[in-house]
Amino acid sequence: MKIHEYQAKAIMSQYGIPVPQGGVAGTAAEAKEIAAQLGGEVAIKAQVYAGGRGKAGGIKLAPSAQEAAKLVAEMLGKNLVTHQTSPQGVPIDRVLVEQAIEAEGEFYLGIAIDGSAQLPVMMASSAGGMDIEEVAQKSPEKITKIYLEPAIGFQPFQGRKLAEAMGMDPSLVRPATELMANLYRLFWGKDCSLAEINPLVITKQTELVAIDAKLNFDDNALFRHPDIAQLHDPRQEDAMEAQAASWGVKNYVKLNGNIGCLVNGAGLAMSILDLLTLSGGSSANFLDIGTVNTTERVVNAFKILTADPKVKAVLVNIFGGMARVDVIAQGIEEAYRQMDIRVPLVVRLAGTNVEQGRRILAESGIKFIAAQDLAEAGRLAVEAAKIS
Amino acid sequence: MSILVDENTRLLVQGISGREGSFHTQRCLEYGTKVVAGVSPGKGGSKVLGVPVFNTVERATRETGANASIIFVPAAFAADAVLEAADAGISLVVCITEGIPTFDMIPLLYYLRHTNTRLIGPNCPGVISPGKCKAGLMAGDIHMPGGVGVVSRSGTLTYEVVAQLTALEVGQSTCVGIGGDPLLGSTFIDILNLFEQDTQTSAVVLIGEIGGTMEQEAAEFIQKNMSKPTIAFVAGSTAPPGRRMGHAGAIISGSSGKAQQKITALATAGVTIAESPAKVGITTKKVLEEKTKRLFI
Repeated sequence: MKIHEYQAKAIMSQYGIPVPQGGVAGTAAEAKEIAAQLGGEVAIKAQVYAGGRGKAGGIKLAPSAQEAAKLVAEMLGKNLVTHQTSPQGVPIDRVLVEQAIEAEGEFYLGIAIDGSAQLPVMMASSAGGMDIEEVAQKSPEKITKIYLEPAIGFQPFQGRKLAEAMGMDPSLVRPATELMANLYRLFWGKDCSLAEINPLVITKQTELVAIDAKLNFDDNALFRHPDIAQLHDPRQEDAMEAQAASWGVKNYVKLNGNIGCLVNGAGLAMSILDLLTLSGGSSANFLDIGTVNTTERVVNAFKILTADPKVKAVLVNIFGGMARVDVIAQGIEEAYRQMDIRVPLVVRLAGTNVEQGRRILAESGIKFIAAQDLAEAGRLAVEAAKIS
Repeated sequence: MSILVDENTRLLVQGISGREGSFHTQRCLEYGTKVVAGVSPGKGGSKVLGVPVFNTVERATRETGANASIIFVPAAFAADAVLEAADAGISLVVCITEGIPTFDMIPLLYYLRHTNTRLIGPNCPGVISPGKCKAGLMAGDIHMPGGVGVVSRSGTLTYEVVAQLTALEVGQSTCVGIGGDPLLGSTFIDILNLFEQDTQTSAVVLIGEIGGTMEQEAAEFIQKNMSKPTIAFVAGSTAPPGRRMGHAGAIISGSSGKAQQKITALATAGVTIAESPAKVGITTKKVLEEKTKRLFI
């Protein structure tokens, strides 16, 4: 789960990581007040779940409170489009107003999980303020990594190693090590999947400050952090995906094609996208229905699929294992009873309780095209979408 | 032979009294798996489907000689269940549970390195050696005994591939679902290594997907260490970057997680690539026929 920058900074501050003074504003008047209190030049930062804000006009400097109010009025209510967002962008509902800081030096500091090493990895670089993925690709030697083993966690020598690799002044090694230790404490304590400070700057007063802050959290661990879970901002997500999630269809990703797909299992659902492309069509979505024990989730999935005006055909491909085919079939029957679905339906069923499932569908009176195997399911769905 | 599970497997079910636990225990029993014990804290002394239930794994193992465990306990308690099995000396633990927190997995995997316990999963469909033992969720009747080893990060896609193989009368030695999470007890390499050593296995089907670098690592291993032919399919060629596609591990970040990078690495290592998920069965059959032809020339 993602959170906004201002929320991430508040959490970092609780963990003793220095952040600029500032406040969050939802109106121009609020922004003006914060800027006036801070005095001097302020930075206005759009609060959205996307990187690349600077280049997209989501970060601006204002010399006065008056100017800050004007800039914020222009920003709020608009959508910000960056290289990480959809072409529609994401809404700017709030801005962070904080003191502008003149940097003497910029660094990158981050912690993520390395799947191969099966450990958290702390990464530091002297190439601060830049796209770190680009740095990793073009000049990997500029990034130094240390692995954090659970038995010992973060140790001061590792901090000294990273500070030296970043070329920090010796006077900054101690505060930098402390900051790294705090970031690791936060990362572990709040079940983060990513904690990033980019840039971490040295001010004119030779102090370290986190100018930008990014925290992502492990969705599977949110149950132990209700304080974090409530920070989620559904307005930053695709409206249909947010709707799907609220209906219990968690594994739904909106795509641009015209065949609505309902599949069980993530790997099979991904394969269906590949198969449709190979068959000359394209999928309107990724949807893994998961382990279905209720017909309701199937009905909700149909609501999501048919709400997309681009959808010209629906493909249901179920291979029962943990999910049972008869329950899915009942769900389809229920969906057709509740909704007026006009687009053609292609169904391929296999696995646990398949005979019962086929019988339910055959006796339901629903018009559908039966596919015997995966290849046929793909071909028939592409044909159906072309005709309708 | 076969790998991981066979007719000598004495299976313990952790979380046997839950809905999924009891449903799949029944299916495993019907398949002929020797389910010798269940563990459900507080329910020791009772029976589920005729299987004796114990409060602790230690006691269950001591009294029944269980040598493998399958775990159905909820995500918040699953890491503890794996540790309990490892502590009791169980050599194979299959963890079905999905959604275990990363910071439960990291110390767990770290600890397991110092034990003799092999973990399969989490977030996996389990393991089956057709005709011998089923320790997982897969429908038993889609399998048939034979010489192809299957290893996969996916559940239902594995069933799909197995059904294609069986329809073409290509039997399987063992099918292993290693799981869809980014942090797993066993990797492709671990399982490929077992298949390479297994006398029943004559070829291996590997089913990968976007995210991480496990397929590239497998490719390197295959090139150096595998004498048996390998066939692969990688799911997610058409997935949009940066989006989580159901599996927590299936997110493309940077270029290394992309399907094309993985396919190229595998092809370069001499692996036969199935271009379509609908053609894994037929591709495998052709590879086996080629192998047989070569033997007779």
